[in-house]
Amino acid sequence: MSQIVLHPGTPIKIAILAMGGQGGGVLADWTVEMAEAAGWWAQTTSVPGVAQRTGATIYYVELLPESAAQAAGRPPALAMMPTPGDVDLVVAAELMEAGRAMQRGLVTPDRTTLITSTHRSYAVAEKAAPGNGIADPNKVIDAGREAAKRLLCFDLQQLAERAGSVISASLFGAIAGSGALPFARDAFEETIRHGGVGVEASLRAFALGFEAAASAPAEPAPINTSRALPDVPGHAADPRVQALLDDVRRFPTAAQPLLVAGVRRLIDYQDVAYAQDYLRTLQGLRELDAKAGGDARDWALTQAAARYVAVAMSYDDVIRVADLKTRGSRFERVRSEVGAKAGQLVYTTEFMHPRLEEICGTLPAPLGRWLENSKAVGGFIRRRVEKGRRVQTGTLTWFLALYGVAGMRRFRRATLRHRIETAHLRDWLERATRIAAADYALGVEVLNCRRLIKGYSGTHDRGDKRFERLMSAADRLLGQPDAAATLRGLREAALADEEGKALDAQLAQLLRGRAAAGSPQALDTRRVAA
Amino acid sequence: MAERSFKKEVQQLRIPAGEEFRGEGILAVTKALLQSGVGYVAGYQGSPISHLMDVLADAKEILDELGVHFEASASEATAAATLAASVHYPIRGAVTWKSTVGTNVASDALANLASGGVTGGALIIIGEDYGEGSSIMQERSHAFAMKSQMWLLDPRPNLESIVKAVEDGFELSEASSTPVMLEMRIRSCHVHGRFITRENRRPAFSLADALANPRRDTGRIVLPPASFLHEHEKIRDRWPAAVKFIRERKLNEFFDGDFEDVGLILQGGLYNGVIRGLQLLGLADSFGNSRIPLYVMNVTYPVIDDQVLEFCDGKRAVLLLEEGQPDFIEQNLHAILRKAGVATKLAGKDVLPMAGEYTTQVMRDGIEAFLKANEPRALATGEHTADGRGHDQAACESAQKSAAVPITFHPNVQALASVVPPRPAGFCTGCPERPIFAAMKLAQADLGEHHISCDIGCHLFSILPPFNLGATTMGYGLGAASSSAFNVKHGKRSISVMGDGGFWHNGLTSGIGNAVFNKNDGVIVIVDNFYSSATGGQDILSSRADNPDRTTKNPIEKAIRGAGVKWVRTIDRTYDVARMRDTLEEALTTTADGPKVIIAQSECMLNKQRRVKPLFNKAVKAGERVVKERFGVDPDVCTGDHACIRLSGCPSLSVKDSGDPLKEDPVAHVDSSCVGCGNCGEVAEAAVLCPSFYRADIIHNPTFRDRFVARMRGAVIGWLQRRRAARLARFAL
Repeated sequence: MSQIVLHPGTPIKIAILAMGGQGGGVLADWTVEMAEAAGWWAQTTSVPGVAQRTGATIYYVELLPESAAQAAGRPPALAMMPTPGDVDLVVAAELMEAGRAMQRGLVTPDRTTLITSTHRSYAVAEKAAPGNGIADPNKVIDAGREAAKRLLCFDLQQLAERAGSVISASLFGAIAGSGALPFARDAFEETIRHGGVGVEASLRAFALGFEAAASAPAEPAPINTSRALPDVPGHAADPRVQALLDDVRRFPTAAQPLLVAGVRRLIDYQDVAYAQDYLRTLQGLRELDAKAGGDARDWALTQAAARYVAVAMSYDDVIRVADLKTRGSRFERVRSEVGAKAGQLVYTTEFMHPRLEEICGTLPAPLGRWLENSKAVGGFIRRRVEKGRRVQTGTLTWFLALYGVAGMRRFRRATLRHRIETAHLRDWLERATRIAAADYALGVEVLNCRRLIKGYSGTHDRGDKRFERLMSAADRLLGQPDAAATLRGLREAALADEEGKALDAQLAQLLRGRAAAGSPQALDTRRVAA
Repeated sequence: MAERSFKKEVQQLRIPAGEEFRGEGILAVTKALLQSGVGYVAGYQGSPISHLMDVLADAKEILDELGVHFEASASEATAAATLAASVHYPIRGAVTWKSTVGTNVASDALANLASGGVTGGALIIIGEDYGEGSSIMQERSHAFAMKSQMWLLDPRPNLESIVKAVEDGFELSEASSTPVMLEMRIRSCHVHGRFITRENRRPAFSLADALANPRRDTGRIVLPPASFLHEHEKIRDRWPAAVKFIRERKLNEFFDGDFEDVGLILQGGLYNGVIRGLQLLGLADSFGNSRIPLYVMNVTYPVIDDQVLEFCDGKRAVLLLEEGQPDFIEQNLHAILRKAGVATKLAGKDVLPMAGEYTTQVMRDGIEAFLKANEPRALATGEHTADGRGHDQAACESAQKSAAVPITFHPNVQALASVVPPRPAGFCTGCPERPIFAAMKLAQADLGEHHISCDIGCHLFSILPPFNLGATTMGYGLGAASSSAFNVKHGKRSISVMGDGGFWHNGLTSGIGNAVFNKNDGVIVIVDNFYSSATGGQDILSSRADNPDRTTKNPIEKAIRGAGVKWVRTIDRTYDVARMRDTLEEALTTTADGPKVIIAQSECMLNKQRRVKPLFNKAVKAGERVVKERFGVDPDVCTGDHACIRLSGCPSLSVKDSGDPLKEDPVAHVDSSCVGCGNCGEVAEAAVLCPSFYRADIIHNPTFRDRFVARMRGAVIGWLQRRRAARLARFAL
C-alpha cells in the first residue's frame, strides 16, 4: 500500500455576486492581480455568458500561498466553483444578491464574512408592479445576521458615486477594510494604481469603502424603510393660511401631519380657498369618525380621508401639468438631476400627447360637454390635435403657452373636468360615510381604494374602472363579517398586475363563494390572503 | 470590431518561449494553436469561445508574420467545411464554436470530414455551454464524437493541461487521420491560470503551397465506393492508431492512492471538482494528492479498454464521474468489464445524478455515497497530512459540520424566498431592440395577440418580463423558418423575429427564401443592430463599420429583395415607437401577398457607446459645442403606475420613493446610467401614457449665440417664474 502524503495549505475562497455591468469581473481580476503580486497562487473563474446582459452571476476566486505549492512540490488543483458551506468571503454588489448567496448556502455562520452593498437595483418584477412591488430589504439583513460569521453592509454604490467612481472600487475598499484577506491596504491600492484607468476616482471610492468597513459596527443596523410624515409647523406667514393651520390643529393629533400635507398640496394646486374647502370636507368626516368611535381606532377614517381627499381634489389635469412643468424650482431640479455644470445650458423637451378629452376637460363645462358630444367638430379637433407633441419648455413660445395654460388655474372650478371630479368625489365620500356608519373598517377601506386612481389617459381610465368595481364590491360586502379585510385583499389584487387578472380571479372567487355557500358567511373563509 | 478590445491579450500571443503566460483559459488555447504551427483558424463566435475569435481578429499582424490564415466564418457549417484544407494537405487547421448548438450546424461538414479522414491535424474547439450560466439546451457534445468517430479531448481544467491537449490533439489527429474535438467547459474557458510557453511556429506547409501544388485523392472523397471503405478504415486503421497514440503518449493519467481497493474514473474536465470533493471528505489536499486512486480520462472518446481494465485490476469497486446524459461512458465501461469478465463493481449514475451539472457539492456527495458502500474506512480517517493534523483537516471538518445542519434551513434564510427576485437577463440600457418589442406590445393591444416565433440573439429577451412576447425559439436564424407551418389563410398572421446575425448565418435562405418560395403570408421582423451583438459585437456582412480586413456595409434589404421579397419596410430608427407600431400594424393588415418583412435598424447601444463616448469626451475637451441627451421623470407629475416600465424594462428606468407623503407608491426614476436613447419618451407618447418624461439636452461649450439666446429666454422666463413662486411663497405653510 503506497503512502500518500497530504500537504497543508487550504485556499482562501471568495465568491463575488454581481449583476452584469457591475464590474464583478474587474473586482475578481483585481483580487487575483493583488494576490499574485504578493506571491500567491490565484485562480478565478466565472460563467458570465448571457448574464452579462443585466442578469446576476458569480465570480469565484481561490488564493493559496505560493510557498505552500512549493512545499507540496506541485501546482495546486483549485476548485472552479464555490461549494456551499466552504466559502470564506462573500462579496455582493447589491443587497438582493447577498440574499441569493445565502439562499445558495454560500454563507455559513462558522466562517463566512459577508460584505454587501445595501443599495438596491430593482428587478423588473419589482419595478413593473402597478403599486409598490419593492421587496423588504431587512429580510436580507435579518438572514445575514444569522448566516454570516460577520456581516458588513453599507451603501457602497453611493460611496462610489460620491467619489465619482464605480462600485467595484468601493467594494474592493470594503474588502480591504474588513481585514478578511491577509493583504495590507497598500497592496490593494497598488493594484488599483497598476490598472491605470480612472485611478484617482477609484482610490477615492476605495478609501470610502475601506473606512466604512473598518469602522463597521459588529451588528449592522436595520434599513429604515418608513416614510416620513411632515411636521406640523408652528405658524404661517399669511393670516389666511394661519387660520387653516389653526383649523388643522383642532383635528386629532394623529391626522394632523397628513392634513398639513393636504393643505400644502391644495394651496400649491389651486389656492387658499380650495384648501379651505378641503378642511371643511374633512371636518364633516372627522365628526362622523368621532361618532363611529374613531378615538379608539387612531382616527383611521380621518387619516385615510386626509390623504385621499387631498389626492382626489388635486386631480392631474392639463393645468396642473403645465404648472409643474414651468416652475423655476423644476428647472433647477432638472439641472441638478442631469448633473449639469455651471456654464452648460439645459433645455428640456416634454413628451405630450393631448387628447380631445383633455381639451374638453379644460373648457367651461357646457362648452366641453358640447364639444365632447359633437361628432363633427370633436372629430375634426381629434384629427388635428391628437398626436405626439415635443414641447420645448425652455423656448419662449412653448414656455408662454404652458405658462398661459397654468394660469387657467383661476378658471379651474368652472371646467368640465372639475365638474366630473367633484361629482366623483361626492359619490365616493357619500359611499364612504354611508358604509362607515355601519362598518367603520370597511368605510376606511373604501377611502383607501382611491389609491387605484392614478395616471393619465388610458392608465387613468383603467384605474377608474377598477375603482368602480371595488366600490360595487364594497356595497355587496357591507354587512358581512371581515368585509374590510376582503376589500383590502381586492385592492391589493387590483394593484398586482396590469391586466387585472388577480382582481378578476378574486372577484370571481368571491361570487363563487357566495353561490356555493348560499350564505354570505362563507365569504371570510374563501377570501384569498393578500 | 468586437465589444472588447483585445490589444493587451494579443500581446500575450507574443510571449517568448520559456516564459510564463498568465491569463484566461481560452487565450491559452489561442497561444497553444500558434505554438502548434496551425496553418489556419476559422470559427463562429459565441460564448464561451468568443474571446478566441476576438483575439485572433485583433491579432492580424502577428498572424500575418506567422503565415496563419484566420477567418470569421459565416456559420459553424462554413467553419467545419474550412477543415477541408487539411484533407489532402499536411496543414494543421483549427475551428471553434459554441457547444452543441454550433456542432449541430457543423455536423454535415464534420461527418463528411470524418468519413474521408484528414492528412493535416484538424482540431475542433468546442466551448461546452452546459450547467450554470448556460443559455442553450442541455446536451452533450459527446454524441457527435461517437456518431462521426472523432476523438474527444476533455483535459484537466488547468492551463498547462489545456495547452498540452491542443498540441497533443493535432498529433493525435495526424497519427489517426481523424478530426479531434477539444471540449472546453465554460469555467475552463474563463479560468485564470498560468503555463510556460513555447515558441510560436510557422506552419511547415502553407496554404499557398497547397494552391501552388493542388492534390486530390478520390479515396478521401465521400462517394461510393470510397464511402463504404471509409467506414472500415475507421475501425480497422484509425481507431487502433488512435488507441496506440493515446497509450504511448499517456494522454490519460493515472494517480495513485493508498485505498487501492477502490478508485475513481473521471472526465478530465471534472478533475478539479473531484479533488475538492475528496478534500472536503479529508481524502485529498489542495495539490491533487488523493488517497483514492484516480484514472483521469483526458480523452473521453475513444475509451481505452486496456487502460480501464488495468485500472480496475484488483479493485473491488470503481466510481465513474461522467457529467451529463446519456451515460455513454458508463455503458461503455460496463461492456468492457463484462466482456473481460472482470468482477469489479462499477458505480456511476446510481450514486450520482443522471442529469444536470456535476458541481463540487454533487460530486462530494456522490463520492461519499460510493465510499460509504465500498470503502467506509476511507471516510473515517484523515491522518495523513504532512504536518500530522493540518489546516486541511480543520477545514474539511468544519465543512462537514456545517453541512450537517445547513444554514439554508434557518427560517430567516428561508424567508429570503419571498424577497429575492429572479434576475433574468434583459436588454441593456438604451438597447434599440426594446422599442421594437414595445411597439409589438402596442400593436397587439390594437390587433389582438398573435403567434410570435423568436430566434436566437439578444432579441430573445422579449420572451421575458416585461414584454412577455414570443412562443418558440428553434435555433439560430430559424425565427422565420419556425413560422412556416402557419402559412394558412386566417385573419391573423404569424410574426417572426430574426436578428441580423441569424439572418446572415442562415436566415436569408432558411427563413426569407423559404417564405418567398412557399408564398408565406406572415410578418418577419429583422432586427438589424449593425453587429452580431449577443456574441460580443462582432462585425457581420451588414455591419456599418469600416473594417480593413472584411467587406461590410452590405444592406440586408438588398439581399431580401434579391431573394424575391416584394413587401419590405426599412425603419432606420427603431426608437420611433409610433412608426414601428404603425408599420407592424400595416404588415399585419395589408392585403399584399407573400412575406411582409420589416427591417428595424439602429445601432447596438453597447457598441455605440463604446464608439461614441470617447469621441464625445474628446469634443468636449476640445471646446466644441456638443449636446448630450438624457431622460428624466418629473416626480410630481408621475403618479406611480409604472405603465412605462411595463413597456420598457430599461435598467436605467427604475423607481424611487416619491418624497411626497400623499403619494404612497414609488414613482418612476431615470438614473445616471441613462444614455438618452429616447425610448421612454417615445413610448409614453405612442402609448399615450403620461407627460412625466422629459428629455434634457445638455449643451456643452455653448456658443456665444447659445448664451445670448439663453440669457434672453432666461430673462423673460425667470421673471414669470419668480412671479409665480412669489405667490406660492406668500401662502407657504
